[in-house]
Order: sequence, then C-alpha cells, then structure tokens
Amino acid sequence: MRIYALAVYLFLYIPIAVIAIFSFNAGRYAAQLQGFSTQWYGKALSNSFVMEALQTSATVALSSAILATLAGTMAALALQGVTGRPRAIFDALLYIAVMVPGIVIGISTLIALVTLFDWVNPLLTALWPTGWSAPQLHLGRGSLIAAHGLFAMALVVIIVRARVAGMDRSLIEASADLGATPWGTFRQVTLPQIFPAILAGFLLSFTFSFDDFIVAFFVAGSETTLPIYVFSSIRRGVTPEINAIGTMVLAVSLLILVVAQSILQRGQRKGGGRAA
Amino acid sequence: MAPATIWLLAMLVLPLVVVLVFSFGERAAAGGYSAAVTLENFANLGARWTAFQNTLMLAPLGTVLCLLIAYPLAYYLAVKSDPKWRTLLLILVIVPFWTSILIRSYAWIFLLGGQGIPKLVSLIGYGSPRLINTPFAVLTGIVYGYLPLMVFPIYVSLERLDKRLLEASADLGSPPWRSFLQVTLPLSMPGVATGCMLVFILLMGEFLIPAMLGGGKVFFVGNALVDLFLQSRNWPFGAAVAVALVLIMLVTVTLYMRFTRRWAGGRDDVSLM
Repeated sequence: MRIYALAVYLFLYIPIAVIAIFSFNAGRYAAQLQGFSTQWYGKALSNSFVMEALQTSATVALSSAILATLAGTMAALALQGVTGRPRAIFDALLYIAVMVPGIVIGISTLIALVTLFDWVNPLLTALWPTGWSAPQLHLGRGSLIAAHGLFAMALVVIIVRARVAGMDRSLIEASADLGATPWGTFRQVTLPQIFPAILAGFLLSFTFSFDDFIVAFFVAGSETTLPIYVFSSIRRGVTPEINAIGTMVLAVSLLILVVAQSILQRGQRKGGGRAA
Repeated sequence: MAPATIWLLAMLVLPLVVVLVFSFGERAAAGGYSAAVTLENFANLGARWTAFQNTLMLAPLGTVLCLLIAYPLAYYLAVKSDPKWRTLLLILVIVPFWTSILIRSYAWIFLLGGQGIPKLVSLIGYGSPRLINTPFAVLTGIVYGYLPLMVFPIYVSLERLDKRLLEASADLGSPPWRSFLQVTLPLSMPGVATGCMLVFILLMGEFLIPAMLGGGKVFFVGNALVDLFLQSRNWPFGAAVAVALVLIMLVTVTLYMRFTRRWAGGRDDVSLM
C-alpha cells in the first residue's frame, strides 16, 4: 500500500522534476545531459516576447484577482441576508460559472463581445465629432480581465462564504451591544475573522488567471499572455528555453499555493479555537 | 451583491444566450454570423462526428482510469497513512492540480517525444516505440492532469466513514476483504460519484491535452471548437457544436446523478482547497 502511494507520488512529481532538471541542462535534448548551465534562463529572460507576455499575464492576473476578490467578498457577505428565490438564482449562476467548461466560456465570451463591438464601434464613430478619431472597443486586456475575473469571483464567493458561515455570530452581537458602529464591527470583528479566506481566494484567483490558457486563447485578441506564448512556441518545437519558462511558472504557482494553503489552514485553526 | 450579479449576467448568462441564438443562425459570407432561424447547423453535426466519438470514448475511459488509480491512494491517505503526515500528503496531491496544466502536459511531450523515453528505450535495445500523438499519450496526460481531482472527494468520503462500522463487521466475523466490499466501498460511493462527475465534466470540454499530446490525430470536441471559431470562422456551426456538447454533458450528468443517488444516497459537497 505504501509502495503504491509512493509510486503515484513519483508519477505526479517526476515529470515536473524532469522539466526543472533539464532547464539547467547545457545540452539541447532530453536524452543528453551535458552538465549544469543557467543559459536557458538567461535566454528566456532576455527574450522581449517572453517579458512582454509575462507583463500582460501579471497585469491581467493582478487586476482580475483584485476585482474578483472585491466583488466576491461583497457578494459572500451580502448573501447572508438573502434567502428564497434570489438566493437560489444566485447559487445557480455560481454553479454555472464553475461548471461550464472553460472552452465554452471562451467561445461564448468571444462571439458576444465581438458582436457587441461590431454594433457599438460604428455608433461611437457616428457620435464622435468629425475630424477626431473615435475610440474603438476591441478584445484585449479588458476582455481578459472580465472573463478571468468571472470564474475567479465565483471561486472567491464559494471560499469566503464557507468562512462566513463558520463565523461566530455572538461576537458581532457583542460588538454591537458594546456600542460599535456597523462599520466598526465589520472592520474589527468580521474582517479579521474572514480575512484568511479572502486572501486565499485572492491568491487562487491570481494563480487561475496566470495559468489559464483556454479562455485567454479566445478572448485575448492581439494580446499574448505567457501561456499563449508557451503554447505557440511548443507548436514550433521543444526547446530548453520552454523548460526554463515552465520551471519559473511552476515555481511561482507553487510558492503562491503554499502561502494560500498555510493562510487558509492557520485561519481555520484560529477560527476553530475561537469558536470552541 | 449587485456587482457580482451584474458581472455574472453580463459575462456569463448573456454570452451563453448569444451562443444559443447563433446556433440557429447562418454563416455570413466573410465568416461570422448572419441572422436566421434554421436547424441546418444541428443537422450537420455529423460532419464533426469523429470529434464527438473520440470525446465520448476517451472521456469515460480517462475517468475510469483516474478512478482506478485514485481509489487505492485515497484509501491509503484516509485509512493507512500516518495522521502526522496526512495533511502534507494531501496537499502534495492537490498542488499539481492548481499549477499550470499547460506546463504539466508539456512535460509529457518532453518525456514521450522522440528525444525522451523512446530514445532511452532504444538505448537499452528495444527498438524505438512511438508514444507521442497516440491515444496512449492523451490518456496519460488525462490521468496526470485530473488524478488530484479524483483523489480528493474519495478521500473525504473515506475519512468521514464511521470506523465503528468496520469493528462491528469484524466482530460479526467478516474477513477484512469482505468488510471492505460490504462496508467501506458502498459508503465511499458518494465520493466516487462526485470525483467521477468532476473529472468527466472537465474532460468533455478538454482541448489542451489532445492538442498537445494527440498531435492532431486524437482530437476532442474542444479541438473542433477551436478550429471552427478561430480557423474556419464558422460561428453558427461552432455554436451548434458547443450547444450539443453542453447538452450531452447535462444529459449524462443528470442520468449519472439519478443513477448514483439510488445506491449512494446523495452527493458530497467537496471543496477543492
């Protein structure tokens, strides 16, 4: 049994380890280990396409995670007082957002936005004073942020709502009894209790957006995110440079996940202690 | 709640409605959509039959493979592992799921490609087997990608299992294998059902793994969708394919849930963190 478990863990981690090892390989191919070198990292980091894609990915991931966390947390808190049909409808929407395959979200967002833009852009041109070039809407960072944020927000609502449900309500009542304003109660009692869930939701949203390929593939327009760059360069052939980029991407997500996990776990332990 | 609701309506519900409307439309001369009400797109679905066939064969097969590999691991984690290490071992299963599936599939291109495992095999002297761009490669990628999603729900249902039931079963004279078949296995069915459903749903919409490890030979509906929307720009037909995909998913999942409810008694809510 233990040997079986070990074998599965090896299956899960050997491919990742192989990528990491070969990113430091001086030779070009998997079958030829030729000594240690960091040259592929240097190549990747001095490639302006890589750096541009990285910048796009980071901007989109940060913006969508911030917006998703704000909207998601507000919704999770507001949902406390919502019951009956509105609640059922909102839950159904969340369920659809999480369950509909990314590829369907991608194509539906693409055709809805392109149709909308085809309709709005001539209108903008017509309304704009003559002699000035009218602003035109197009797919790009904005549509990426809106589409990534959607899934991320559903994620944040689900994570934060679980924490809100486990919150000690008597503390809020006590705070009100002691004369605190609703805002004061929120800032000093509610927020500290749900903060770990909010932070974990934010970090997961960031990782989701940073790693997403399929939604971005449809709605990115002329922008290139890091996963889109990696995908198109793999199509042109496997190079050690991709190993280096892949290792860096994995390292970033691993770091964020470890932080998110430890925050969530510590929050649960603390919360559990308080409730007891 | 208002911003969240507006976001969901504008970026989820509205686009899905647009897809539904487009699926009854006609292809404009330059690609894209021209308004019409016709069932022609749905009548033409047979043109992409191979993609549906591959998806409907490999998605269930991949789900079953994930289940067969995941169950013993979940059992080990929930029952046999040292409680001191349990959390760490669980985190180690979940973490790969939250890292880039693109990079993890790429790792298999690297391993299964001409310069990877086949080269090593040929060095030992067993010829050079072709691994990449085969159904085998796609299934390996699927199991590698979705195993964590299967382990977690099964672990949760096994971990909740009342250990006194096993003691009672042993006291009544059942050998361990019989206790497993009559107590543990039936009680872990809700987790099995949840895991299978999650993996199956995600596999139905898969694009990346067949695109990277199937090399155009083993393609799913997702690959057909990318082709229809980004290459040939036949939006109405693509929309019909997408609608058909979602319908097949809904029907299978509904049937599956009705079927499993009968002998599993409800479905566990499982968070993925």
